[in-house]
Order: sequence, then C-alpha cells, then structure tokens
Amino acid sequence: MLEIKNLSVNYGSKTILDQISFRVNPGEWLMIMGPNGSGKSTTVNAISGGISYDGEILLDGKNVKQYKRKDLAAKIGILLQNHYVGYGFTVEEVVGLGRYAHKQGLFSSGKDESEELVERALALTGMDAYRKQSILTLSGGELQRTFLAQLLAQDPEIMILDEPTNHLDLVYQKQVFELIEKWRETTGRTVISVVHDLSLARAYGTHGVLLQKGKTVAYGAIEEIITPEIINPVYAMDVYQWMRDLYGQWSE
Amino acid sequence: MKDRKKEPLRKFGIREFLCFSIILFIIVTLCTCIGSVMIPFRDTLQVFGNAITGKSQETVKLASSIILPIRLPRVLCVMFVGAALSLSGAVMQGLLKNPLADGSTLGISSGASLGAVIAMAFGLVIPGLPFGSTTIMAILFSFFSLLLILSLAYKLDASLSTNTILLIGVIFSMFASSFSSLIITFAGEKLKTITFWTMGSLQGTNYRDAALLGITLLICGGLLFGIAQELNAFAIGEDNARNIGVDVKRVKLLVLITVSVLIGVSVSISGCIGFVGLVTPHMFRRFTGPNHKVLLPVSMFGGAYFLLAADLISRTIASPRELPIGVVTSLAGAVSFIYIFYHTRKGQ
Repeated sequence: MLEIKNLSVNYGSKTILDQISFRVNPGEWLMIMGPNGSGKSTTVNAISGGISYDGEILLDGKNVKQYKRKDLAAKIGILLQNHYVGYGFTVEEVVGLGRYAHKQGLFSSGKDESEELVERALALTGMDAYRKQSILTLSGGELQRTFLAQLLAQDPEIMILDEPTNHLDLVYQKQVFELIEKWRETTGRTVISVVHDLSLARAYGTHGVLLQKGKTVAYGAIEEIITPEIINPVYAMDVYQWMRDLYGQWSE
Repeated sequence: MKDRKKEPLRKFGIREFLCFSIILFIIVTLCTCIGSVMIPFRDTLQVFGNAITGKSQETVKLASSIILPIRLPRVLCVMFVGAALSLSGAVMQGLLKNPLADGSTLGISSGASLGAVIAMAFGLVIPGLPFGSTTIMAILFSFFSLLLILSLAYKLDASLSTNTILLIGVIFSMFASSFSSLIITFAGEKLKTITFWTMGSLQGTNYRDAALLGITLLICGGLLFGIAQELNAFAIGEDNARNIGVDVKRVKLLVLITVSVLIGVSVSISGCIGFVGLVTPHMFRRFTGPNHKVLLPVSMFGGAYFLLAADLISRTIASPRELPIGVVTSLAGAVSFIYIFYHTRKGQ
C-alpha cells in the first residue's frame, strides 16, 4: 500500500505541490488528473525520488527513504513521460535492465525467471521483433513501448505511469491500457497513472485524484470524482458538453 | 571497408582478453625497439626473456642498457597512462550520457595539473610522503574540480541533456590554466621543467612511476568494472537508472573518486595529455556497442594502444628532437571532437 501524506514541492518561492495526500490499495488503479500545470508529473517525480519534497511517502507503512534503492525498485516501478536516450543500446539490453533490482550480487539466482519475464515483456509490448535494434533508431512510440517493457520486466507491486500513452497512436493506446488493465486484474497489483484524457481515466480507473494548481480538488472513487459539478470548474469549461460533442459524432 | 554492419563484440571473456593482450605485447615490444637507436626485434625479445628468467644480458649488452633503464619504464608508463585516461573517459561518457566528456574537455586535467604545479613550484612536502606530494595534490585537485563542475552542471541543468557541462568544463579549464600560468611565471628556475611537464611528457619516467600507475589502474579498474551494469543504466538515462533501482548517489561518488585518482595520478606523472579519453572509447564503441561490460576493458586496451602510438610518433617524427606527447594527442583529439560533435548534433 502506498500512502502519500502532505506532499509539497517548492521551486524557489514557487509552490508546485501544496499538501497533497492520497493512498492506493492493492488492486486499485488511481488516476491522477488535472489541467496542465496542476502538478501531476511533479507528484510522480517526487515519488520516484527524482526531486526533493516535504511530507511523507509511505510504502507498506515505512517511509520510502528508509528503503534501499534496489528494494524500493522491486516494489515500485515508474515509467516517465520523456526519454532522452544517448547511446545505441539494443531494445533487449534496455528491457533486460528492468531486472536490475531483482539481481543480488554477482552470482544471482533465478536467472530463468528473469529471462522469462523479459521475454514476456517484449512479447506483450510487441517489441520482440525489434529486440536487436538500437534504441537510437526507434520512433517515439516504439521507445515508449520499450520502456514499458522494461517496467513490465521489473515486475513491481506498484506501477506508476506518467502519461503512458504519450507518443502512441490509437492502436497502441488501446493495447497499452488493456495490457495494464490485464496485469492489474490478474496479479491484483496497483497502478497509478497520470492521464490527460478524462475518458480513459473514467474507463480504466477505480479511483482518482483531481489536482488544480498544486492542490487537491477531489479524491475518491472515480465515478464520484468525474461529475460535471467537480470537473467543469477545474477546467473552466463545460467538459461534459465538449465530450458529448466530440464523441457524439461517432454514434451511428 | 566492405561490410561495415558487423555484429558488435558482445562479451569480454578470457579469449578476448588474451587477444588484446597479445596485440598489446607486440605494440609494447615494437615501441621498445624503435627510437633514436634502433634495436632489432629479436634482441628486444631476448632482453625481455633474460630479464624475466634472470639470465645475464651478456650477449645483448648494448640493447639491454638502453631498453631496461630507459625505454621500458617509459613505454610501461605510456601504456598505463593511456589505459587510465581512456578508462576514465569511457566511464564519464557513460555516467553523464555525453560522448564528449573526458578529463580534458571537462577541465579535470587542468585542475589536477594546477594542483601538481602548486606542489612543484612551492616544493610542497607532505610529511611521511616525500615524493608523493605532487600526486596527492593532483588527485585532490582533480577530485574538487570534478565535484565543482558536476555540482554546477546539475544546478544549471539537472537533466544534463544539453552540453552545459562541457561549457562549464571549458571555463573551468581556462580558469585553472591561467592560475597555473601565473604560478609558473613566478616559479623561477623550475620554470622550464614545469612548462615542459604541463604540455605532457613521459620523458624520464621510471619503474616506480610505472608501478604506481599499474596499481592505481588495477584498483580503480576493478572497482569500475564492478559497476559496469550501473553505468549502462546511467548511459540510458539517470532517471531511468534511479527507477530501476540503481543507487545513483553511490555510483556517482564511486566514479568521482576513481576518476579523480586515475586522472590525478596520470597527470602527476605525465602532465596534461589531452583527449585520450575522448578518442579511444569513441573509436571502440563502434565495435563493441555501448555496453560497459565490454566497452570498459576494450577502452583500456585501446587507450594503451593509442597512447603508445602517439608516444612513438612524438619520439620519432622530429628525431632527434622530441615533441611533447600532448601535442600529438591533442591534434588527433581536436579532430575527433569536431567529428563526434558534428555527428551527435546531426543525430538529434
């Protein structure tokens, strides 16, 4: 169980996150939503340990700062939004690194299990055909799927995804969300994701937290949060009307 | 150049080690043969053989009197310095995800040489270590240079995605060099030795230097080979490294220390020999791919080859005069820098 308590992040005098609190239980899919600049990605960055923050992040009741990096990575896996890659590692090498946290010392046991997980991750993301290819030659979507495969190989208890379908076309958006949904359902594990698309949030999320300018506006079960009364003021527009206009075109 | 698309070297095992060692042995022997006095290849091998088995050098007296006290220690030092600089370059290029990082481009060598110049000019003596003060000062200064450059770079651009770090390195390098020049100007009778040393020279190096370099390389190399996998993760991205469970602080600290020691020791013995760490890892990455498990050992051998060749050129091209070795490597390095920079820019 992951519990965020009074998480605040400041850059200089500017407050990016202001006392955010939420918790996620096993089997839940928590959607972090909000307009641009509301602090969604910052929340993920803080949990990943990439930036300094005030407040507490508790994993199974213990502060994440008390975990060893490897132990933490075996429990929490994070997929960031952007990937700046520098050298021509192969897809296979990148995905294989996902097993890093599970390898103890030089003479690691359980090699077969590692290989199996890497293979499965490559297959699930459709990257097995690219396994020998240099990551420098991949498109944005292929790169995103490579890192998703790395995350699947990491096999964490809690998966945190920052805009997982960024760079992906419709086919892969659908595939990725269905894949993660299946992973969550079959393993009973936890997913936290940042999403822009409220339709996706509503379709796949079990819970949600809605942010605005670094503050929590609403937090709870997804259907209690995505209501016109809560959503429309945050986006300062009639979101429901817009969605009906947009998606109404598709009904026959 | 027919088929350029070869399978990269995937692993570095015993067989690869032996191959690279044999090539190294041949180059070392050749470099010992060639010089102002040419010594036949056979005689050189015999001198080596006699020295190892403890036989008398009676039959090859002249050859042994040139090889053993003068050429061999120098060639060994060249070999170790080349390997040390190249290894540190490869490691920093991985850690910073920047193919242009190197002791000279980041200004660490200039920092180290400032430390050494201070020690030499003021005749600093560290109690208990009468000969080591130059080396210790060089190590300390390279450590703090690297620390300063890295912390500034992270402050300005935490993702290190641009070449901010190289700019800081250049500025720092100028700063340290101007300080060195200032001290050298007032160094009086030591001026000539120090000036020649700053340009990079391995003239007059002895077995003690070679032993110090060899041990340093063994320890630092061992430590760095141990974190090859972590360096791979860094070379893909520091954020990614953290997310998969790499203890990024520990790795950075380890690299900071080992690289400082490698560069500090090298600079204190050979002066500033620029760009070795830039040229060789880049050249060999084409054959090995970016995997540090292979790249690190190959770069070490490659650095040794490269510097031995550069030393040979510097000794022979204007014979009987000797060029500073740094002149040769910088010429090669500057060209490669532009080449790499052009290609990385184009690739973006």
